[in-house]
Amino acid sequence: MRIEILGSGCARCHGLEANVRKALVMLGKDAEVIDVTDIQQIMAYGVMATPALVIDGKVIATGRVLSPEEARKAIVSVSA
Amino acid sequence: MLTLFADWFTYTLLRLPKERLITQAIHFFVYDLPKIYLLLVAVVFVVAMLRTWIPPEKIKRLLARRHQFVGNILAASLGIFTPFCTCSAIPMFIGFVESGVPLGVTFSFLVASPMINEVAMVLLWGLFGARVALLYVGVGLLIAIVSGVIIGRLHMEKYVEDYVYKIKIGSAAGDAPLTLKNRVAASWSYVGEIFRKVAPWVAVGVAIGAFIHGYAPENFLARYAGRDNPFAVLIAVAIGIPLYSNAEGVIPVVQALWAKGLPLGTTLAFMMAVTGLSMPEMIILRRVLKPRLLATFIGVVGVGILIVGYFFNWVL
Repeated sequence: MRIEILGSGCARCHGLEANVRKALVMLGKDAEVIDVTDIQQIMAYGVMATPALVIDGKVIATGRVLSPEEARKAIVSVSA
Repeated sequence: MLTLFADWFTYTLLRLPKERLITQAIHFFVYDLPKIYLLLVAVVFVVAMLRTWIPPEKIKRLLARRHQFVGNILAASLGIFTPFCTCSAIPMFIGFVESGVPLGVTFSFLVASPMINEVAMVLLWGLFGARVALLYVGVGLLIAIVSGVIIGRLHMEKYVEDYVYKIKIGSAAGDAPLTLKNRVAASWSYVGEIFRKVAPWVAVGVAIGAFIHGYAPENFLARYAGRDNPFAVLIAVAIGIPLYSNAEGVIPVVQALWAKGLPLGTTLAFMMAVTGLSMPEMIILRRVLKPRLLATFIGVVGVGILIVGYFFNWVL
């Protein structure tokens, strides 16, 4: 599984990343979490509001910080 | 109900004598803080709910192919409801330009978004009253609309960094359609996020207000930066531009300045300069704007704020 956090390094982006990591710990799952800060790559996903969460190339959420619980559900639904 | 609570807290629980200044200050604090907190939670929640129906993608579609002027008014108004985090400025800007939103209309949005928002409205309303809050919003909209129209007329499209026009935007974006339950949950969590960030600043603001309410204000600033000083607005704006803060952080400072006798026009101009134009925002915008367009943006908005400051000092 490949998890990408889109955003140019603002506080909310770090918050999202932290929550995603918590969700991974909850699930006991190991996954690659990548910070995507390059604007061209962010735009390639068609995302206009950061932070955004992308799992395996699919945009899950934009413009909001998911709670660890929401992130956990998102990871489960993608892996299912 | 809040008055009853404040009365009970101050006179019954603390047993303070009614006529003392300290009593009045505490009463003011105990009444005003819950009032503003309640207002904040209610308004932020309602706006967050509204926002779940107007994501940036929809704003983009609404603004594309709009005529000038109508587009500027719409863009500035939508800017009120859109929270602006400097980190979202670039994707928004590129998204707008790419989908054919005119440059001037894009700028109206870019000016309004950080300067006017629901949090600033509630705080100004709670601490300065309805008149000041409405003036701030009205004038902020006017600056955003006029600056956008001017930048649109200057036809500066070639001063946008070239790569912006070459970026290919994917269309895969968008969350799955939200259920009402999701919307409520997302809005509540946003309220929590904002409240944790803003609450301490509001407490400081109200404490300053309470102090001033209880004790007579000292007109220290009025003497040096009052209406008679023609440079006061200019200096306030010049100090405000490099400073960076969101509306909620700057409010206690603004309240202190105002209470110390800074005229309202100068005070509002300072607040607009701090929120509307800032160093980090400039650095980020420089990545998509060539220096000439960036300078024009700062110049047009800065002059707009100055005019507003002088106008209010003159009228009020």
